[in-house]
Amino acid sequence: MISGRRQLHWYTPAVILRRIAEPLDWPTLWLLLPILAIGLVTLYSATVDTPARFNAQLVNIMVGLVTMWVVARIPPATLMRYAVPAFGFGLTLLILVAVTGEVVNGARRWLSLGVTRIQPSEMMKIAMPMMLAWFFHQRGQAPRLRDFAIAALLLVVPGALIMRQPDLGTAMLVLGAGCYVIFLAGLSWRIILGLAVCGVGAAPFVWSMLHDYQRRRLLILLDPTQDPLGAGYHTIQSTIAVGSGGLLGKGWLRGTQAHLEFIPERHTDFIFAVFSEEFGLVGILILSGLYLALIARCMVIASSATTLFSRLLGGSLVLTFATYALVNMGMVGGVLPVVGVPLPFVSYGGTAMVTLFLAMGILMSISKHRQLVSS
Amino acid sequence: MTQWTIPTQDRSRFEARLGLAGLIVIAGFSALAVRFVFLQIVEHEYYMTRAEDNRIAVVPVAPTRGLILDRNGVVLARNYSAYTLEINGARTADIPTTIEKLARVITIDGRDRSRFRRLLEETRGVGTVPIRTRLTDEEVARFAAQRFRFPGVDIKARLFREYPQRTLAAHVVGYIGRISERDLQRLDEDDAVASYRGTDYIGKTGLESTYEKELHGTAGSAEVEIDAGGHPLRTLRSRVPVSGNNIELTLDTRLQEVAERAFGDWRGALVAIEPSSGGVLAFVSRPAFDPNLFVEGIDPQNWDSLNNNPDRPLTNRALAGVYPPGSTVKPFIALAALQSGRRTLEYTISDPGYFTLPGVNHRWRDWKEGGHGQVNLHHSIVQSCDTYYYGIGNDMGIDALHGMLHQFGFGEKSGLDLDGERTGLLPSQAWKQQKLRQKWFPGDTIPVAIGQGYFTATPMQLALATATLANNGVVYQPHLVRFVQDSRSGERRAVATDPLRTITLDPRWLDAVKQAMVDVTRPGGTAAGAGRDAAYSFAGKSGTAQVIAIRQGERYDARKIGERYRDHALFVAFAPAESPRIALGILVENGGSGSGTAAPIARVVLDYYLLGKAPASLPTVQPAAGSE
Repeated sequence: MISGRRQLHWYTPAVILRRIAEPLDWPTLWLLLPILAIGLVTLYSATVDTPARFNAQLVNIMVGLVTMWVVARIPPATLMRYAVPAFGFGLTLLILVAVTGEVVNGARRWLSLGVTRIQPSEMMKIAMPMMLAWFFHQRGQAPRLRDFAIAALLLVVPGALIMRQPDLGTAMLVLGAGCYVIFLAGLSWRIILGLAVCGVGAAPFVWSMLHDYQRRRLLILLDPTQDPLGAGYHTIQSTIAVGSGGLLGKGWLRGTQAHLEFIPERHTDFIFAVFSEEFGLVGILILSGLYLALIARCMVIASSATTLFSRLLGGSLVLTFATYALVNMGMVGGVLPVVGVPLPFVSYGGTAMVTLFLAMGILMSISKHRQLVSS
Repeated sequence: MTQWTIPTQDRSRFEARLGLAGLIVIAGFSALAVRFVFLQIVEHEYYMTRAEDNRIAVVPVAPTRGLILDRNGVVLARNYSAYTLEINGARTADIPTTIEKLARVITIDGRDRSRFRRLLEETRGVGTVPIRTRLTDEEVARFAAQRFRFPGVDIKARLFREYPQRTLAAHVVGYIGRISERDLQRLDEDDAVASYRGTDYIGKTGLESTYEKELHGTAGSAEVEIDAGGHPLRTLRSRVPVSGNNIELTLDTRLQEVAERAFGDWRGALVAIEPSSGGVLAFVSRPAFDPNLFVEGIDPQNWDSLNNNPDRPLTNRALAGVYPPGSTVKPFIALAALQSGRRTLEYTISDPGYFTLPGVNHRWRDWKEGGHGQVNLHHSIVQSCDTYYYGIGNDMGIDALHGMLHQFGFGEKSGLDLDGERTGLLPSQAWKQQKLRQKWFPGDTIPVAIGQGYFTATPMQLALATATLANNGVVYQPHLVRFVQDSRSGERRAVATDPLRTITLDPRWLDAVKQAMVDVTRPGGTAAGAGRDAAYSFAGKSGTAQVIAIRQGERYDARKIGERYRDHALFVAFAPAESPRIALGILVENGGSGSGTAAPIARVVLDYYLLGKAPASLPTVQPAAGSE
């Protein structure tokens, strides 16, 4: 009977707007939009020579927003039913990549689908926390040690496959997403401490097993100045860009480091260097504030979720998001090694953009559907 | 059922954990804020200066590739400097239009375009890609005047590789080409990417590939001042690259040319070895190709005509061509029989022209219808009597044959310092069991004894085995490079030439077999024609290997079958027989008969090497040493 009334008026602008707005979490969106705007403004500056990229990024954002909207409409209970198939599918693709994948830039990451290529490791960023959240949800309130062991196994197999590709950045994010679920599920502190001690204790042993060139690479990862023309070049140049930006920055489109092409990857992983050079410390603080507020909002959503699945998944996604931001900014600031992690909602790239919007959609779904369930 | 309501205790633990994580995130952002305050406020002045200094770009400088010289200093591979017109894919918005506009200033033909497209695809827009190479001074000036119209297009001075002898010894020298994704991966595995920064080319085949590490050198770097538009103004400081080392070959270019000419239009291969060192004096694979075509990326038409040529000019027949060795293995089989005591020098058979095994309904035919009559070991080599060797094969068995032939290097790589070697096949009982999952039949041994059946070898292996025989069983490592000249110290490092091993052979049997081989080229021998009036003692053995099986009861008739199915002609030789200075392995594809086609080639090569007698049409090679 209600639907009959709605059907009568579904085409009026007010109704359409309400139906579009309905699944969205507005506080999240209001924080997201300025970040996207900052991203586009910075990308415009970083891609002045190749304006096609700016337009492509607009398309990426549109696709991302639609994805987010669609996912936000799916109730978490339904999402939970997708957890196992999604994980199984992702794992199968990862194995396929390891066997038949296409090699691009020396790494085997892409799976050719004839028309297009897909990167299965990217979908694991979502599928992994979904799977583990589902798993702990099934186990109930008090997971036992054995459950954690199984969870660790579910985490390590895809993690190892991605690391072998080799894609350190993605492997780290996927492993991180899984570890966050395990941590939030309540792995006892004694075991966490124990693992930490084991890790530190094993380090010298692992070190002694490495080849010389592997050691050298690790050292360069930790201290890029050892290889100023190679791995260290990125770090040195991005530090100069950031430092020369000063308090207020050099102004939009006026960053010399960026425009003289000293910053490599300046539209993707190192876009934060362009931003810092042109907008200075004030810009950094504004962007960081927006990120922190977005993270805080998402944490509130996760902690007020009504099912174990929703809270574990929501908590893990927000922490992964924070990891993206912290690792990327730390890398540009020269305090973290250079790994391929984009600046969320700012770096150029369709895959990462859609994945991030997907995560936001899940969080919105969790936020919107808690009243329905609790009532 | 799926919706758990969460007990308060778990809820609070989750919140505690999430809260803790939140604190860590805040701590992380705070730490970053401290870092950025430090960079942008405290150290701001310092980085501002560095950004100003960053008018200075550090660019890699590619090293000069080492030269390849023959034993007399003749240059086989060198570098020359030339201007190229290059397009930076990332800075050029519309590449096709840019090329159209460029074509109005400078000639750009279809080959340039198709090569450019391929290179662009390979590099996927990273760095610059040449659209035209070897610009004339006039073209350089014409472009310079209009440079402002072409953002992202620039003229660069580059060193190019050149092979001045063109097709000569092409399979030995090989060629370089643009670094491909596969090359990059291999470099990455060897942790050599750093020393290739600025380098666009890498050795692809031949010595250019085998000696890549010596030839390449190490990249340097230069600090270049650039203007606000990013164009380089002047070089301030540089770390000089270390040039690649020169390599000096054992090869003699003049001998090589004589040998290549001697082949005429025949397809085939020849390897000449100095028995006392293992140094390769000539290394021929015909037909050849011009390696210069590959250097800047071969254009599709030329590639097609080389790659799809039925004569397969790109194949290195001397090293990767496997052929039945035919009767050229008889001297080695004879040594095996003598050494094992299965045959004496006096043992004589009566040859009816065929060989049979009890209980097997098959006749193994001798090449000579009606047979050779009374044949002892000496005659068996001089006349190349098949029936004699069928008997040896049957008496010794495959594994005993395998034992001796393996010592001479058949069935294993010679270890020559050139990529792409194939092993050929020296069969044994174990091999057949393992690979074909079949028992070895006595009948399988019979054709192996005359170098047919499962038995195959490369011309390289034939030459090495012959050199070993000439050397009385002392085996040397065959090699093409004898010196590596260090680019910095100029010091010449000699490649070690110690004997690898010595095969135990009774001198009496060695003398007998060698004497028989000398008689092969004398009146009454199979290669008497090729040996006529030789001014030195010339030991040889001819061979003719079937390409297709001839059915029982039929005879081979060259006129009746296609040119591609005609017998392969083989010849092995060394001279002078009493103190050999050169040993040869020769194969002529579909040459018909070893004594008729391959032996005369040997004679030409030996006459030149031992007597300096050049064929009338020679030579064009200038022995003057040239370098950059």
